[in-house]
Amino acid sequence: MPADGGIGASNKRREDVRFLTGNGNYTDDINMRGQAYVHFLRSDVAHGTLKGVDTSAAAGMPGVIQIFTAADFADVGGIPCGWQVTDKHGEVMQEPKHPVLAEGKVRHVGDPIAAIVAESREQARDAAEAIEVDIDDLPAVMDMKAALADGSTKVHDDLTSNLCYDWGFVEENKDAVDQAIKDAAHVTTLELVNNRLIPNAMEPRVAVGDFNRSTGDSTLYTTSQNPHVIRLLMGAFVLGIPEHKLRVVAPDVGGGFGSKIYHYAEEAFCTFAAKALNRPVKWTCSRSEAFMSDAHGRDHVTKIDLALDGDNNFTAIRTETYANMGAYLSTFAPSIPTWLHGTLMAGNYKTPVIYVNVKAVFTNTVPVDAYRGAGRPEATFQLERVIDKAARELGVDPIALRRQNFVTEFPYATPVAVEYDTGDYHATMDKLEEMADMSGFEARLAASQAKGKLRGLGVNCYIEACGIAPSNLVGQLGARAGLYESATVRVNATGGLVVMTGSHSHGQGHETSFAQVVADMIGIAPDMVEVVHGDTANTPMGMGTYGSRSLAVGGSAMVRATEKIIAKARKIAAHLMEASEGDIELKDGQFSVAGTDKSVAWGDVTLAAYVPHNYPLEEIEPGLEETAFYDPANFTYPAGAYACEVELDPETGKVTIERFAAADDFGNIVNPMIVSGQVHGGLAQGIGQALMEGCAYDEDGQLLTGSYMDYTMPRADDVPFYRVDHSCQTPCTHNPLGVKGCGEAGAIGSPPAVVNAVIDALQRGGHDITHINMPLTPSRVWSAMQG
Amino acid sequence: MAQVSMTVNGKAASGEIEGRTLLVDFLRDTLGMTGTHVGCDTSQCGACVVHLDGKAVKACAIFAAEAEGAEVTTVEGMANDDGSLGTIQQAFQDHHGLQCGFCTPGMVMSAAALLKDNPTPSEAEIRDYLEGNICRCTGYHNIVKAIMAASGQDVSSIAAE
Repeated sequence: MPADGGIGASNKRREDVRFLTGNGNYTDDINMRGQAYVHFLRSDVAHGTLKGVDTSAAAGMPGVIQIFTAADFADVGGIPCGWQVTDKHGEVMQEPKHPVLAEGKVRHVGDPIAAIVAESREQARDAAEAIEVDIDDLPAVMDMKAALADGSTKVHDDLTSNLCYDWGFVEENKDAVDQAIKDAAHVTTLELVNNRLIPNAMEPRVAVGDFNRSTGDSTLYTTSQNPHVIRLLMGAFVLGIPEHKLRVVAPDVGGGFGSKIYHYAEEAFCTFAAKALNRPVKWTCSRSEAFMSDAHGRDHVTKIDLALDGDNNFTAIRTETYANMGAYLSTFAPSIPTWLHGTLMAGNYKTPVIYVNVKAVFTNTVPVDAYRGAGRPEATFQLERVIDKAARELGVDPIALRRQNFVTEFPYATPVAVEYDTGDYHATMDKLEEMADMSGFEARLAASQAKGKLRGLGVNCYIEACGIAPSNLVGQLGARAGLYESATVRVNATGGLVVMTGSHSHGQGHETSFAQVVADMIGIAPDMVEVVHGDTANTPMGMGTYGSRSLAVGGSAMVRATEKIIAKARKIAAHLMEASEGDIELKDGQFSVAGTDKSVAWGDVTLAAYVPHNYPLEEIEPGLEETAFYDPANFTYPAGAYACEVELDPETGKVTIERFAAADDFGNIVNPMIVSGQVHGGLAQGIGQALMEGCAYDEDGQLLTGSYMDYTMPRADDVPFYRVDHSCQTPCTHNPLGVKGCGEAGAIGSPPAVVNAVIDALQRGGHDITHINMPLTPSRVWSAMQG
Repeated sequence: MAQVSMTVNGKAASGEIEGRTLLVDFLRDTLGMTGTHVGCDTSQCGACVVHLDGKAVKACAIFAAEAEGAEVTTVEGMANDDGSLGTIQQAFQDHHGLQCGFCTPGMVMSAAALLKDNPTPSEAEIRDYLEGNICRCTGYHNIVKAIMAASGQDVSSIAAE
C-alpha cells in the first residue's frame, strides 16, 4: 500500500503534528476575555439530608462573584436520562430527578452542593472552605442485594424502592431455558463480579460557558464525545434554550472511553451562570473531582448457568445480574446492562435458548454508565469464563469446546433478538493459534517452572454489536434519540473538500482516516480533504462518537454525501465534454468519456460549479455541496479470538502478562495503523480491569480509590508488546464501506483471556481454584492460593 | 504577588505570580503556553513533564518561584529550528505513538530525558523509565516502539503497527 493513500493505507495521522508540538486546542486551553472561575463544593458524605447551606461568610471572601445553590436552579430542569427501559412486567423504569445542584439530599460522595464563582480558581476554592453545610447523615445504600431488601433505606424517597427496573429478556423464553437446564447432561454455574471501573481519560473534563449579550446566544465549550447531543439535552431539557440560540463546541478532546458521552451538571451550570453573570464561566475538573463525578463503568454482580447436552453442545444459558446505576441515571445508563448486554449473551455460539434477567439498582455511589465496551464486556466476560469453567469440568479442550459450538452459518438470528450478518469464528481462532505460538507453550511453561513460577494460557472469543444503531429499532427499545449519523461534504471552487461530520474524534484519528475514504472515492490526494468535527455551528446534527460507530455510521453518511457530490459532478462533466452522463467515468480525479480520449479534471468540474459560465443552469444548481444522514439497517458484529499467557509468582501472587495475541475481524479496514492502535489501547484497558483497576467504596460510601495513588492504572511496564492481527475480514453486508468498528474490541475481549490464563496457571500449579474476581491483584491471587 | 523570570525554550519569560503558583500554571496561564498539560493533582500522570535545567520534572510539583533563573524546555521547544518535527516527535508520528494527544507532551519530554542519559535504551529500560507517565489510549505499545526508533534502533521486528 502507498505511504499516503486511500482506503487500506496506513497514512500517518495529520492531527499528530499539532499534538506533538504543543499546538492542540483542548478545552482547558480556551480562555475567554473576562472569564470567571467556578469551583463546586461537593458532598463528603454518601447519603444525607441537606438541611442547610450557609454561604454568608464565603460570599464576602476576596474575589467571590456569586455562590449558587439548588435554590438558584428552581426553574431549571434536571439532568435528563436518554433511555427508558421497560421491565419484564411491562412497566417503565423508575426515573428519579437528577438536579444540577443537590436538592434536599446528597446522594453520593461528590454530589455537587454549591457552586462558587470567583475571579480566580484559587479564590473560588478558598471560598468553598468557608461555606457551612448542615447534613444529617443517612445510612449509605451500598450493597445492591441489600438495597432491594424490604425496609432498605431509599436513595430516592419519592421512588417506591431502590429498584430502577427488573428486566427479563427474552421473557417468553424463560420457561424453556429453565426446562433445558433441568434436562441438561451437564450444567456449569459461575458467580462473578464485573468490577466497577473509573474511566480516567487523561484529560479531565472542562466546561467554559459564554453568553453573547449582542445576539443572546449561549456557547458551551466542553470536553464531549458528542456536542450535538449535549446541545439537545442541555438546551431542551435543562436550560430551555432552543438549538438555534445555543452552540456547543468540543474541540480537541483528550480521550473519552464513554465518560464524555454524557451530559453533566457542570456543563449546564457554566452555561447557565455565564448568562446569569453576563461573563464567561470556566470549570476545570481536578483529577480528584473526576474520580467522584465522571460516570463510572461496569459494576455487575452476576450468576450464569451454561447447560450442555451429552455431546457438549450448548443447550441453554441463564444469567441473572444486579447492575449498579449509582445515585442517579446517567444519560445512557439504563441501556447498558439491558440492550447492550443481554443481546450479546449468545456470543459466538449457537445456543438455542437464552434468558437474561437484570435488576438495576440505585445506590449511594457515582452514576454508572457506558465505559469502553459498555455491556458487551460484561456479557463476554461471564460467557467466556463459564465456557472455560465448563471445559475444565468436562475435561475437554477449551478451544475445541468453543469451536464445536461456533455459529458457522450467516446470517444468524440469535435467540436474543439480533442477527449477525457475517463472521468466520474458525478463521480468527485459526489465526490466533498461529499468532500465539500455542505449540511453543509447553517449552515456555517449563522455563517458567524452572524459575519457580507458574504459567498459564487463557483463550477466549468475543463478539460485539457496534455501529450503533438503527433508530427505528432503538426507539422501540426505549431510546429517546435516533442514532443515525450525518455528514456534509463541501467542495470548494478549486477542488479541495471539507467534510463536516457529526461524529467526533478524541483520539481515533478521524481527520486522517475519513479523509482517506473521500479521497479514495474521488481519486484525489487525501491532503485535499479536510475533516471538520466538534462544533454544532459548522457540522450537521449528529449523534457523536461511541460504541465503535464512527466509521460504520458516520463514515457511511460521508460516503453517501460524497456519492451525491460525484453524481452531480458527473452531470457537470458531461456538460463540459458535451457527452452523455451515462458515458462519464471517474478515475484518479479525472472525468472521461468512455471510449474516447476526452477528459476533464476534478478541478475543472469544481470550478465550473462555482463559476457557472459554461454550465447547465436550467438543469442543475450551481455549487457543489451535499449532506447525507445515514441510519444503519443493523448493528455490525466485529468478533475475534484472544490469547493471553501469564506468569505467576507463587510467593507473592503477582501476575505478569508475558504474551498477548488478538485476532480480530473488523470487516474492511481503512487505516490499519490506526486500527492496530485502537486494539492496543483496548487491550491495556482490559488488562487493567483484569489485574489492577477496581473502584472501591467502604460501607459508608466513602470512595477509597480517589486518586492515582489508590486507583491503579496500567503503566508501560505492566504490559508487553502485543501481537494483533486483523487480516480475517468478513465485510459488513449492510454499510457501504463493509466496516464493522474496532474501538472497543480490545477492552471487551481481553479480561476473560487474562483471567482464564491465571486460572490455568493456578490449576497447572496444583491449586483447585475455579474463579477469582477481578482485579486479580497479588493480594487476591495470593489469598486464593492460601485456600 | 511576586515577579519571576526564567528562560523558556530559549526565550526570556517573566510574570507576576503568587507564592503558591505552580510552574505548570505559570506556563499555561501566565505565558499562554498550553502545550504542557495537567492530568492529575497528585503528580502521578506525567502529562506536565518539562525540562528544568536539563532535567525532567513534573511541572505540577514545582512552584514557579523555584524556577527563577532556570532554563525551562517544554514540548513547544522540541521541534527543529526550521519548524519540522524533532527526532522524537517524528518517531511518535511515524509509529503512531499517540492518539488523543493529551499525555503526549509529557511522553515526549520524558523520552527526551531518557535518551539524553541512555541513548539506546532497551524495551525494559523504556518501560521502566515511563513509570511516571500514564497513557490511557495507546496501551504503550507504540510509545515504546517510537522511543526505540527515535534512538536509532531497528523496530521492524516488533509485532504489528
